[in-house]
Amino acid sequence: MAALTGLERVSGAAARPRVWRGVVFLLAAAYFLIPLGASFWYTVHTPVEGVSLSAYGELLTAEGFVRSLLLSLGLAAATIVLVLLLSLPAMLAVRLFAPRLRPVMEVLCTLPLVVPPITFVAGIGTSLRVGTDVLAPTPFWATIIAVQDPGFPVVLVLAYVVLVLPFVYRSLDAGLRTMDVRTLVEAARNLGASWPYVLFRVVVPNLRSALASASFLTLALVLGEYTVASLLGYEPFAVWIVTASGSAGQLSVAVSILSLLLIWLLLLAVSTVFGREKQK
Amino acid sequence: MNRTRSRGWLGALPLLAFFAFVFGVPAIALVAGAFTAQGRPSLANLAQSLQGGYLTAMIGSVRLSAVVALLGAVLGTFLAHAVVTSRFTLLREAVLTASGVLANFGGVPLAFFWIATLGNSGVVSGLIGLPSGSLYTFWGLAVVYLYFSIPLMVLVMAPALDGLRPQWREAAANNGATAWHYWRFVALPVLTPAMLGGVVLLFGSSFSAYATANAMVGTVVPLVTLKIASALTGDVLIGYENIALALSLDMIVVAGLVMAIYLPLQRRSSRWLH
Repeated sequence: MAALTGLERVSGAAARPRVWRGVVFLLAAAYFLIPLGASFWYTVHTPVEGVSLSAYGELLTAEGFVRSLLLSLGLAAATIVLVLLLSLPAMLAVRLFAPRLRPVMEVLCTLPLVVPPITFVAGIGTSLRVGTDVLAPTPFWATIIAVQDPGFPVVLVLAYVVLVLPFVYRSLDAGLRTMDVRTLVEAARNLGASWPYVLFRVVVPNLRSALASASFLTLALVLGEYTVASLLGYEPFAVWIVTASGSAGQLSVAVSILSLLLIWLLLLAVSTVFGREKQK
Repeated sequence: MNRTRSRGWLGALPLLAFFAFVFGVPAIALVAGAFTAQGRPSLANLAQSLQGGYLTAMIGSVRLSAVVALLGAVLGTFLAHAVVTSRFTLLREAVLTASGVLANFGGVPLAFFWIATLGNSGVVSGLIGLPSGSLYTFWGLAVVYLYFSIPLMVLVMAPALDGLRPQWREAAANNGATAWHYWRFVALPVLTPAMLGGVVLLFGSSFSAYATANAMVGTVVPLVTLKIASALTGDVLIGYENIALALSLDMIVVAGLVMAIYLPLQRRSSRWLH
């Protein structure tokens, strides 16, 4: 990198790229920063009251804020646990015993990226409707109703696991690459460790940063997810924002600013976890 | 080890079974529903999904995604180049971090940001005298989608641009190449796979975006995701769920086609990528 900039400074046309770069940065800064500033101004300023932070205060007491946020956090926690419990053993198994399944895993973990979420919802909605009719005379009927409980919609957890699978897969794959899984596992097994012991006391501690980043990405995705939840008729955080915006414009923009801050904090957490790992 | 080896793949079984169930059942329901009209197998839904308002919406979605993907790819590459060649490490770090955040910032909050900025009672639209409703148009939506597309492109292109070796530029210059020659015959061919990947990624994310469009334009701009949603939630007559399924199938076909065009191109041009 240093060599490239060094070369440019020597060459005759050095002044031009620098001016050009400045223009690019200025335009980008204007495009990306003005909406940020304008949104903030929108939340704190009203022609009648002048500048006040009351919109942010109202937020905490707004009807449904706490309920929907708790629902989203609960869904995120359940999704993280389920996706890790499913994908980690599968990835270890493919790595250690069944390398031939690897292409299958790659395809499975790319499909949710190619298929638009809204088409996935269309399929889920239809399955639930048809399923409820078909299963009505059987004992499974209670199950399919329980899965759709508005208090804690398990069906959303199932859908989110599929949606986050590609990100979790990438993250864990990167983590597994940095360690010699086969040697570690065989050594532990030869010393008499049981499989659960190998998984939780040998593999997991070595994968801590990959697991953390997978969890943070899942959390960010679930907190912001709107399409699936709204079309299936549930009201977690992202859906509540829209409902609330109907009654109070300032409030919804304030929530949007907070959600941007939240994403920033989550990604900061991911990068610090990874940064610390690199320094080791 | 032999005995475990034969049973070891069972660890992958829960995930495969889960995926087959949670992804497979809706997929089957989708295809079955798309080919069923009035309880009988038929092509009527698919035929209807490619006519009139539905066709307009599909074309609108493809056009919007293509515009955003191309503009985002070009602008994002320029920004990435400016970032990568910048001498200020702090600026570079700041732009890359911001790109990471903004690339993940979509959905409803993004729509509210722009409504607060350029909407009818927005802060900036008042200052510059923007005509009412300008944000709630095709180009308004394109401007908003670029807000997450450009950062996404920066994230894709920055590592690729970092991989351009200074020696290549020196070698080209020694052979009498101008800056144009260098870009046309050396740098761009090397960057093509990353750029293609970026364009496909941008196209896909705009194509499947629903939350932002729904919060912003409602049904003013015809988009296929909005049509699917309104058919699903029964805003229209009952019995239109299967039209939604047919439209979904159309969307998957378009997304699949884009991937099918991209993969061979990418394979052909990735020879230089290490």
